[in-house]
Amino acid sequence: MVTLTLDRLSARYGRRQILTDISTPPLHGGQVVALLGPNAAGKSTLFRRILGLLEGEGEVRITGTRSERPIAYMPQDNGATAVLTVYEAVLLARMQGRRLKVADADLGEVDKALAELGIDTLAGRDIGNLSGGQRQLVGAAQALVQSPDILLLDEPTSALDLHRQISLLSILRRLAQERNMLIIAALHDLGHALRFADQALVIESGRLVDCGPCEQVVTPQMLRHTFQVEARIEPCSQGRPQLIVEAAI
Amino acid sequence: MAAAPSRAAAFAPAAADDANLYRRLVLRRQLILAALALALFASLCIDLALGPARFGLDQVIAALFTPGSVEDSLRVILWQIRMPVALMALVVGASLSIAGAQMQTILSNPLASPFTLGISAGASFGAALALAFGVTLVPALVDYAIPLNAFIMAMLTALAIHFLSMRRGVTIETIVLLGIAMVFIFNSLMALIQFFASQQAVSAVVFWTMGSLTKATWPKLGIAFAVLAVVVPLLARHGWALTAMRLGDAKAESLGVKPRALRLEVLIMVSLLAAIAVSFVGTIGFVGLVGPHIARLLLGEDQRFFLPGSALCGALMLSVGSVLSKVIIPGTIIPIGIITSLVGIPFFLFLILNHKKNAW
Repeated sequence: MVTLTLDRLSARYGRRQILTDISTPPLHGGQVVALLGPNAAGKSTLFRRILGLLEGEGEVRITGTRSERPIAYMPQDNGATAVLTVYEAVLLARMQGRRLKVADADLGEVDKALAELGIDTLAGRDIGNLSGGQRQLVGAAQALVQSPDILLLDEPTSALDLHRQISLLSILRRLAQERNMLIIAALHDLGHALRFADQALVIESGRLVDCGPCEQVVTPQMLRHTFQVEARIEPCSQGRPQLIVEAAI
Repeated sequence: MAAAPSRAAAFAPAAADDANLYRRLVLRRQLILAALALALFASLCIDLALGPARFGLDQVIAALFTPGSVEDSLRVILWQIRMPVALMALVVGASLSIAGAQMQTILSNPLASPFTLGISAGASFGAALALAFGVTLVPALVDYAIPLNAFIMAMLTALAIHFLSMRRGVTIETIVLLGIAMVFIFNSLMALIQFFASQQAVSAVVFWTMGSLTKATWPKLGIAFAVLAVVVPLLARHGWALTAMRLGDAKAESLGVKPRALRLEVLIMVSLLAAIAVSFVGTIGFVGLVGPHIARLLLGEDQRFFLPGSALCGALMLSVGSVLSKVIIPGTIIPIGIITSLVGIPFFLFLILNHKKNAW
């Protein structure tokens, strides 16, 4: 099973230090980890640093994988206007670093990724003509089609309607377990984090301030300190913890 | 932890025949490429048939495939005089169009082309130096002074853009602006040359900048073809990465592409293509801009089809241009640069205004 450990990880853009000394216990495959933090806390930077797109001190240790490219990353959507169909855009993600010739197995993986996310009906559409939510699902398919051991998702639900937010997170949760995949998702909706994530990492001003099981990390104290909101966490009728926000401080 | 909600049926794995739809799309694109190649061959035959002495298409085809069976005069005219010019149209058209296609791809800008990045303007300046003042940048090769000067200035322009774009904080928008700045600099320098040069030299400069295939010879064709034959496989090797570049740098990076390194490598390769083409035939505008756009409309931006498609569209545009340059005023060969602009642009406007699909 794949395991990811961050050891005293730092990153800087030019002279500006963005991440400082981020260390985590081993994060195991099969789990969903929510990456939480206010805007500009360094969540996207942490993803880019894990992926090796940014240099810095510290080490990203990955064990238990045979893949040459074990990590797939879904960045925030940028509304690209390439003249490509959805099918081509997803195939493209699968084929990076491979030969030009497309094998039937690759097409099979694309079919599977589109079907998993319920966007197989969009296959022939031009990506430039999709809504923001549809593009986000295509982005998720592009990450999934790479058959990664570790999946990094940067705000995967930010453009989705409520139904699709719940659906996507349910699917990701199921796939993490089925494929023993480690999913780390930057989420702004802490309710979703409580419902779908096993673990949570909280970063603030580029430093890791808490890390552990989601229910122990997402607390009224953390919400007050990190997000500046007064909130309660109470069990719902089914016993699941629910977040009730009262006011911004 | 959470069960999928009831409406999530729409998200459940479904038996899809998307792969078959995709296979059909691929087949359609292969047919379009084949049709373009066929049209190109037809245009080449017509181009060869036209000239001061007109030949029938049957004669041209006989001379092409069984040169021994035709009269000497026909064989000499076709193979020694017309063939280098007609083939140069194909090679230059393909080179300029590929250069434009990849510039548009790596700079994410629909207006990028050898013309708009100043490479053609640099070449014109180099040629004008030789034509007006006899300046030869490589004194050992005086016979090739004009194309060599043009080539050196075109590559210097590309290298200037390359090195300026490596500075910290330079974005792809800045690169396009640098190109436009280059165009203005060279245009001013050209005006300065024309101000000081003799009347005769000014005419020569003006004629050179119009672009003409009649300068083509077998050796020049060989060089231009060799560069094309080396660069195309190198670009094809980056096929998936180049296609990913059109999804934006962040997405391309997330897929393992190194956008900065790829951009610089491709910029150098396509500058070489454009510089060679322009230095041998002069400024031929719009092929590098329009060829890729037509290919994009017909074939999309998957480089496996877009790259050969751009080459074929550019070659076809210039070959048809060569035919038109001979037939518009019988007995006169109008400089092809004028034809490609005059005919290419209205055709291009018709295409983009009548096409419902995303054109960029």
